[in-house]
Amino acid sequence: MPVLVPTSLDQAVSMLSATPDALVLAGGTDAMVEVNAGHRKPHHVLVVNRVAELRSWTFDPEASTVRIGSAVTYAELMEPPIADLVPALAEASRTVGSPQIRHAGTLGGNLGTCSPAGDGLPVLAALDAIVHLASATGERSMPIGEFMVGVKRNARRPDELITAVTVPVVSGYQGYSKVGVRNAMVIALATACIVVDTPGRTVRLAIGSVGTTIIRCTDAEAFAASAVDFDSGTASGDTVTRFGELAAAASRPIDDHRATADYRRHAIGVMAGRLLRRGFANV
Amino acid sequence: MSDPTVPDPTVPEPTGSVGFDELYQLNVNGETRDVRDAWVGESLLYVLRERLGLMGSKGACEQGECGSCSVMVDGELVCSCLVMAASAIDQPIVTIEGVAPIGSPSDVQQAFVDAGAVQCGFCTPGLIMATHALLERSAEPSEFEIREELSGNVCRCTGYGRIIEAVQRVSVSRRADAESGIAS
Repeated sequence: MPVLVPTSLDQAVSMLSATPDALVLAGGTDAMVEVNAGHRKPHHVLVVNRVAELRSWTFDPEASTVRIGSAVTYAELMEPPIADLVPALAEASRTVGSPQIRHAGTLGGNLGTCSPAGDGLPVLAALDAIVHLASATGERSMPIGEFMVGVKRNARRPDELITAVTVPVVSGYQGYSKVGVRNAMVIALATACIVVDTPGRTVRLAIGSVGTTIIRCTDAEAFAASAVDFDSGTASGDTVTRFGELAAAASRPIDDHRATADYRRHAIGVMAGRLLRRGFANV
Repeated sequence: MSDPTVPDPTVPEPTGSVGFDELYQLNVNGETRDVRDAWVGESLLYVLRERLGLMGSKGACEQGECGSCSVMVDGELVCSCLVMAASAIDQPIVTIEGVAPIGSPSDVQQAFVDAGAVQCGFCTPGLIMATHALLERSAEPSEFEIREELSGNVCRCTGYGRIIEAVQRVSVSRRADAESGIAS
């Protein structure tokens, strides 16, 4: 089993093209758990977290977007100025694992694993992120909703690397909420991310750990857009309650060893209501 | 697809690659160490303990939950159980053995002894590494910050009170040293 450690994107994609069965290893915080347990015995490993092009993020003030390289770590996403540009992503990153995990784990790894409990994914879904992929034959981009296909399944071809995501810088409240058994080192039982676009007059809500992939709560979003007052930044108690109910209704949770479906559905309703309340004062 | 056993001349040489059954080197505590006869998918924790005889980093959960294997790789505190050892070629690695010479503990190690922050001792090497990393980043952390930054290190003996006290002692004594340094 060779371990390949490229430092440029050109090297990385040509190596992957020669060995498309390679395990693509970024921070290792998901993949090494499986390797240690003997659940995964890769023939080739392609280490991508020293590829310079994947290690940085850039802000485009004209387009008002941030392009985040796939090997940017959660610890880096928590630091200003990117934490100020995409606050919900900083909040979500702060809930990942522990400092040790956040120094290693990457946003690209979250996309590659594509667990419905991935903490970065509800934020990317609520922001309508674009996922960028590259292979030896070219590049392609797709909306996050098309990229996430199912539980730990995504649209990446074996010869492709996830290179970056592009997210908009949005003017308005955004926040992330997560329920688990403790604050640190916990896989989410239920998560929610709200993004309020005040000039655009929209409220976006994405929920995680309650379906095969991240779910956008379109009914709750449409309801909020018509029920909140964007000018005064307020919402009634009834609006908050109804928003939570619609979010809970959009969830598709299951019973498993970590929580029951009923608990997860209830948690989604509570978190959605709280997030809307943080964005809009009571009237 | 091309046969991966045949070298493809169009594929550029990477800065590093470790082949099957190959000898490779790791830079541990300032020394270049040979890793022989290893399966290259082994974790850094396994290589440190079983191949290089550095038994200070502890192995417990092997899934990044407990922090007892914490080391610094390229200046960042990470769980060595989640680092594929061969992926750390050409990167400086600091383990608990590299923190201070035996018999001459670091201020953090001494503070853990003085505060009674060590009971069974299994979590201690990881906590010492995490504390050094924390104080490097934030010289005077609040209790909240200490709890947050040490949240990846599980201790089942102490209840954490004396560990937090030890961190605070180091912070206070370093500030006192810095102030007396300015005065003198």
